[in-house]
Order: sequence, then C-alpha cells, then structure tokens
Amino acid sequence: MRRFLIFVKKETLQILRDYRTMLIIIIMPIVQIILFGYALSMEVNNIDVAIYAPVRSNSTDDVAAKLISNKYTTFKGYLDKSTDIDRLMKSGDIDIALIFSPDFNKSQVTQGLDNPTMQLVTDAVNPVISRLSTNYILQIISDDVATSSPVKITSKMLYNPQMLSSYTFVPGILGLIIMIICTLVTSISIVREKETGTMDLLLVSPSKPLMVIGAKMIPYFILSCVNLASVLILANTLLNVPIQGSIVVICFISFIYIILSLAFGVSISAISQNQVMAILISAVVLLIPVIMLSGLIFPIDNIPEILQWISVTVPARWYIDAMRKLMVEGLPLIACWKQVLILSGMTVFFIFVAVKQLNSKIKK
Amino acid sequence: MACTLGFLLEKEFKQFFRDPFLPKMAIVFPVIIMLVIPFVANLDFKNINISVIDYDNSPLSQRLIGKIDHSSYFILRSMPKDFGDAMTQMDEYGLDVILEIPKDFEKQFQNSQQPTLSIVANAVDASKAASGDGYLKQIVSSTISEYVEEQGYITPAPNIVVRNMYNTTENYRFFMIPALTVMLIIIVCGALPALNIVKEKENGTIEQINATPIGKITFTFSKLIPYWIMGLVILTIALIIAWLLYGLVPMGSLLIVYANAVLFIFTISAFGLIVSNFSSTMQQSMFIMFFFIMIFVLMSGLLTPVESMPEWAQTLTAFIPPRYFIEVMRAVYLKGSSFADTLPAFYRLGGLTVVLALIAIWSYRKRQ
Amino acid sequence: MDKIIEVQHLTKKFGNFVAVDDISFDVRCGEIFGFLGANGAGKSTAIKMFCGLSRPTSGTGTIAGLDINRQFEKIKQHIGYMSQRFSLYEDLTVRENITLFGGIYGLSRSDIKAKAKVLLEKLEISHKADDLVSSLPLGDKQKLAFSVSIFHHPEIVFLDEPTGGVDPASRRRFWEMIYEAAESGITVFVTTHFMDEAEYCNRICMMVDGRIKALGTPSELKAEYGCDTINDVFCKMAVTATRQ
Repeated sequence: MRRFLIFVKKETLQILRDYRTMLIIIIMPIVQIILFGYALSMEVNNIDVAIYAPVRSNSTDDVAAKLISNKYTTFKGYLDKSTDIDRLMKSGDIDIALIFSPDFNKSQVTQGLDNPTMQLVTDAVNPVISRLSTNYILQIISDDVATSSPVKITSKMLYNPQMLSSYTFVPGILGLIIMIICTLVTSISIVREKETGTMDLLLVSPSKPLMVIGAKMIPYFILSCVNLASVLILANTLLNVPIQGSIVVICFISFIYIILSLAFGVSISAISQNQVMAILISAVVLLIPVIMLSGLIFPIDNIPEILQWISVTVPARWYIDAMRKLMVEGLPLIACWKQVLILSGMTVFFIFVAVKQLNSKIKK
Repeated sequence: MACTLGFLLEKEFKQFFRDPFLPKMAIVFPVIIMLVIPFVANLDFKNINISVIDYDNSPLSQRLIGKIDHSSYFILRSMPKDFGDAMTQMDEYGLDVILEIPKDFEKQFQNSQQPTLSIVANAVDASKAASGDGYLKQIVSSTISEYVEEQGYITPAPNIVVRNMYNTTENYRFFMIPALTVMLIIIVCGALPALNIVKEKENGTIEQINATPIGKITFTFSKLIPYWIMGLVILTIALIIAWLLYGLVPMGSLLIVYANAVLFIFTISAFGLIVSNFSSTMQQSMFIMFFFIMIFVLMSGLLTPVESMPEWAQTLTAFIPPRYFIEVMRAVYLKGSSFADTLPAFYRLGGLTVVLALIAIWSYRKRQ
Repeated sequence: MDKIIEVQHLTKKFGNFVAVDDISFDVRCGEIFGFLGANGAGKSTAIKMFCGLSRPTSGTGTIAGLDINRQFEKIKQHIGYMSQRFSLYEDLTVRENITLFGGIYGLSRSDIKAKAKVLLEKLEISHKADDLVSSLPLGDKQKLAFSVSIFHHPEIVFLDEPTGGVDPASRRRFWEMIYEAAESGITVFVTTHFMDEAEYCNRICMMVDGRIKALGTPSELKAEYGCDTINDVFCKMAVTATRQ
C-alpha cells in the first residue's frame, strides 16, 4: 500500500509540474461547455424572406408587415423580377421567397391547386431547416390566406417546454468532454513513458501492473472529477439545464464513466507504438464515433440498423442516455439499470485488457 | 534551393510510407468518413415512436390512426387505454410522441365545434420533438381535408404551393456530404504536419536540420507539400465516392470546388504550423489541436446550422475557417453557385489565411 | 586565413541564469580544439551560438570569417554539426540519411552516390546500407553521424559530446576518424567530458560555470597546474565550481 502511494505521488507531481497541460485540461471543458452549450442548436432563429409580387396590393403589404414585425423573420424587400430569387438564394441572402400571383386577393383563395395564388419557394439545401422555416412562414401567413382550421391541435412539450436545444445537447457534451479528456491524458502519458523508457523502469520494479495502472489513474480521476463538477455547475447555472434527478446518482454514474474512460486510455496506449499513433487512434476511434454514434447530435434510432449495432459498443451512448434520463427527465436510478450495467461491464473489460497487455509486455 | 527541396520531399514521403499506421489511415479514414457518416449525420427524423390514445373510436379517428401507421415518419408503438398508461410507456420504452383523440371527435367535427386533438411530445430531444409535432400536424390536416372533400364540405385549405429549390428531393445526405470533406482536410493538412514537426522537435532531429544552411521556408514547405498532395488526393477520392455511391456531383464548377479546397488547405496548414510552433511536446500540441478541432467540427455549421446559434456565437464563427469552406462547398455542390456568388466567402477565408500565415511566420523561430 | 574561430566577450543569458559568461578565445585553422567542462558548464550553449542555433545575448565573434550575429545563415554553409542527441533519422536507412544530408548541402546525386560508396566501405557497413538507422549499434550510429556531418567537407565541424555512451574500442576508432578529418583539412571543435580524449587535442579549453578557466595545449596546462594528467587538472578546477 505504501508503495502504491509513492506511485500516486509521483504521478501527481508530474501532472502538477506540467502546469501548462493541467491548465488546458481544466479550462478546456469549461470553454467547450459554454461554447457548445449555447451554439449547438437546431432552432430556427431567423428566416430571411423576400416577396415577389408583380402587382402590389394591400394584402401583399399585410404579409410584408407581418414578416417585418415577427422577431424570427427578416423581410428583405420586394423583388423586381422573378430571376432575382435564384440569384439571391445562390449568394445566401434569402432563405424563402413568396411569389404572389398578379390576381392575388384574399377573396380568391379557393381556386384549387392548378392555379396557385401563391408560391412559397424555399432554399432546401438543408431540408430540415427549410421544412421548419416553411411551416413557420405558412403559420404566419395562414391568417391572411386561409380561414381558421376545422380542428384545433394543442401541443405539449414534456420536460423541455421551451424546446431548448441545450437540454438535448448538454448531457451529450458532458459525455464527449469527459471521454476525450480522460482517454487522451492517460493514453498519451503512458505512451510517453514507453517512448522515454521510464515505463520499463516501472515494470522491472517489484510492483504489480495493476498497481502501476491504478497509480496512473488516481490523479487523473481526481482531475476528471474537478472537470465533472465545473461542467455540471455551468450547465445548471449558466445554461439552465435542470438537474431533476438525484445528484448522488448522477455522480455515481459519472464516476463509473470516468473510470471507464481512463481504462480505455490505458488500453489505447497498450496497442500504440508511438505517440502519433495514440493520438490518431484517439482521434479516429474516439472523437468521430463519440460525436456521430452516441446520440449526441444524431439520435440513435434514426440511423441504419447495422450502425445502431456498432453504436452499442460506444460507451458514450449509454452515458448520454443515462444523463438525459437523470438530468432532464428526473427519473430514478432504477430507470437506468441497463446503462449502469453496460458501463460497469465495459469498465471491467477495459481494465482487464489493460492489465493483460502490461503483463504480456513483462513476459517478453 | 529547388534541388534541396527535392531531397527533403523524398525524405518526407519515405518516412510517411514507412510509418506503421499513417498510410493505412490515409486510405481508411476518407472511406469511413464518406461511407458511414452520411448515414449517421441525419437530422431528417424517421422512425419516431408514437402511441395514440383513441377515446373516440370513430371512422375518422380510425382513418387518422391508419395514416399515422402508414407514414414513414412514425412507428405506431401501442394504443394505450389512457394517458397514465401512455406516460408509463414513455418512461419505459422511450416513446417520443403521444397523440390523444378526444371522445366525440368526429361528432364535434361534423357539428363544426372545432374539436381539440392534443399532442404530447418528449422534448428531451428538442429537434426530434419539433419534427414529430410538425409531421403529426401535417398528417392531421391532410387527413381532415381528404375527409372533408369526401363528405362534400367546402374545402377551406389554402392553395399555397411550396417549391423546394436546389435539394429538391430534400435529401439530408446531399446536404452533409460536400461538407464532410472538411474533416478530411483538417486532419490530413492541419493536424498531421503539425504533429510531424513537433515530433522532430522531440526527437532532436530539428536541431540537426537547423544547423544546416536550409532556409526555414524550404524546411516548412518540405513538411507541408506532401500533406497538400495527400489532402488533394484524399479529397478527390472522397468526391469520387460521393459521385459513385450517392450520385452527387457539383451543380457548379468543379474548378471552384478545388480552388476552395486549395485555399482552405493553406489556411489549415498555417493553423497547424502555429500550433506546432507554440508547443514543444506532442502532448501539448495534441491538446491544443483537439480543442480547436472540436470547435471546428461543432461550430462551423457542419452539424448544426450557424444561423441557429446565438448572435455572439455567430460572430465568433466568422473567425472559424472551416465555416467558409463548408458554405462554398454546399453552395457549389447543391445550388451551383458561381464564383461571383461565393466571392464574399473567398475573401473572408483568404483574409483568415493571410492572418494565420503571418502569425505562423512570426511565431517560427529557427534561432532561439 | 589563420584563425577560423574568433570570439570576444560572448555571453548567453536565459532570464537571470548566465549560461555562458563573457568568453573570449580563438581556434586556428586545422587544429583539433577540445572544449572541456562538467555537465552544465555551458559547453552545448556555446556550441549552439557558433552554429547559429542560438542568439548570443552580447559579444561578438566570427566563424570562417563570418559574423555570428549577422551572417549566421551563411556560416551554416561552412560548418558541420553533430549534436549531443543522436540526430539522424531513425526511420530512414543508412543510405537515405547520407543522401538527405548530402542533398541538403547541395551535392549532386551522382557525387553523393560515389562518396557514399566510399564512406560505407570505410565504415564497414556496406552490407547494412539499406537497413534502418534504428537497427544499428550505437557505436556505428555515432560514426555514421560524424561521417554525415563532414560529408560535405566543411571548413570546421562542431562535435557536441560525440562519444557519450560509446564503448572504449569504438571511442578509439572514433578518434582515429577525427584525426583523419583533421588531416584532410577540417578544423575540429569537440566538446567532451572524457579527460583521456582531451589528451588527443591540439589545444584545450576548460569551462567552469560558463567561464573559461584555462586554455592551452595539454602539456602547457599540465605544467601550469603541476599535474600528471589532464584528469587531475580538471578535478582541481571542478572543485571551484559553484553551479549545480
């Protein structure tokens, strides 16, 4: 035990001495949670609209006035000719153009589809945003062109009544940041010791591989807990993401996830021959799947089945799942039993792989 | 000098192909990016889990449920008895949307009493909830107008025709693919040369080179040129995959695509050089690199639109070079924008290139 | 030209730390000049200033008639340098390293090929010409690094602790190569902390705490300090050091 503490002390000293790296490790998550928490969003904040009306009338002016007064739309003016639409869309100046037929009038709205009184031309390069914008514009102008609907529909948004994107993305960003930082610091620190030869020194000493790995993980574990705390506090206070569930349970699952990430880093270091390789494996094996296959931005059940199966192996997917349930929905620990079980299983697996790799190194 | 450069380039290429990992990555990486990510990076929601509580059980409500069941957007999971039942299912199975059809829905409708349908969506994923809500409303209104027409009422539906420009089939993949090449260029032309230079620093070989009469410009170019060539080759592979597999070809000129790529390659290389100049170990350079790559990927408009960001964040993206690359790629590929249309983006990217290159030159010191 | 290195009042400071403190000396053409000192005495820092890798804080000097403050890029064409750390590319073969550095100094490909053949035979590693440098034993690596640093036949070569970690037999062989280089007209500037090697030099200079404490031929120094070997001279001097 005493020997173990000596190792822990050595690792801690090394981290504290390289204060530049430590500063990066502590500040990076803070900057990222703020940036991404605000910036990752699929809300339509502003739609640039122009009107092409060969004959201007009171009704076209009514629509224009609505576009001007609405805070989510910007009215870009009347166009002189219909070819302007293509030109302005190509240069990105307008998102939607409304074309009124010359005989457009409120009384003539029921002429049928063959003879449209109005066309809505939308820049569909991003189909999702264009559809949301189209629906929104239709809603704004529908009072002018249509009578009230025969059916009333009420929508209730559970857990996130204001439809804030941050509720969706912040738990995901949390999972991303913890994974990246924990895995990178451990994998790099071990590969470095391999390259400089100090790893051999540790391995020929009479200490068990598990002890060497454990000693490496403890200071980074503490550092990661600092990160976890700063990110959770910022998410709650600055980004107003609720913490509905029990904070104890959230920390419990986060601890498992941190240990998992650290062990994963050790495994990467075991298979890497040099630092560049460790970095690239982290970049390719880590960053891309964690962003793409964890449900962080793109929901899992929206991707092809075969990729859904691959996503099962991405630890961040389970952590993000659990965090959304706990933080936003406020469900109890029981609701996440599956996630906890899978994450624990993965943790044991990676520790096993790491120790085995180190053991085989010694036998050689 | 041209001759010396030849010797240095020969060295760089040999080292690259001798690396145990890099050549494999150069092939596998673009293929993965182009084959897998287009299927993942999709915000066009399909398979939304829905449950319908039908208190009415009338022909109209049945028709509505049938429509939902047949829609490609929804998967009808269950028909719970009451709302409490439905909520339990939402917590357990991950339902996304619940639709509640009130008692006497059809009767009230026929009496023009304007019955109320209620939608309850799980908005933990806000964009998914919004899409589900939107689709459901579309289905309801089209079902109603069909029903109304059959029953011989006057149709109150407005005759607005919506026309989608450019991406007429509304294919989200077409939106993502041209922009995805940005990740290839960032890694190959930004991160790899930076790591390469820091590696020579750590190994001490850079000191040997610095004691020779090689100019620093020659040395730097010998590091960059191989990655520029590789970047263009990988980009070409990616564009060919886009063409063969997804049938996506640029509507505009291929020349603009490559001009854009070359300019962006310069920018990102200059950025990589700055990172390498400011770090003495690979660990440091890697952390700085990761920090910025994450910002580049998440804030450039690649995955979520720049227009959806708050004002201050949008201002910030003006200094993120990939933003302009992505803008131009999408405009040329999908809209067929001309050089004149994309000129503002080119100017801004060019401006960033000049600034970054100047910083790179200023921060490079051969002599301490 | 008689003097190939002339240095006056050369000083290098890193913050408050004075690594090289006001040194003045000269080196004559064709001699083997030894630069001795304990670890951290400032030898490497001095060499880096001569090679244009480090900017002097103050002082003046010329190498091969060129000013070290202003013409440091030109100086590089007239010198060879072998750094303290092994600095050939380990992931290139022996032949590729020779070709690279030959090319850097502007030799033509045919010249390089011919000279490389002679060199490989002399080093007795012709059969390993296409092996990666990382696979060579350390002694061979150091000899190769030295040969590469004088491959373009510079006027002067700077060797920074070239024999660190090399066995005595290889060290002897290495010094034979230094003599050969000196005979062919290359001035050799070598730092070392092996005192037996100091006896091989024409003149030596001892550094303590960044200052020059003694300068002269080995026999002059032994006479001056009343010692039998340079080793004893060095020990007498080293006790005066205050820097750790």
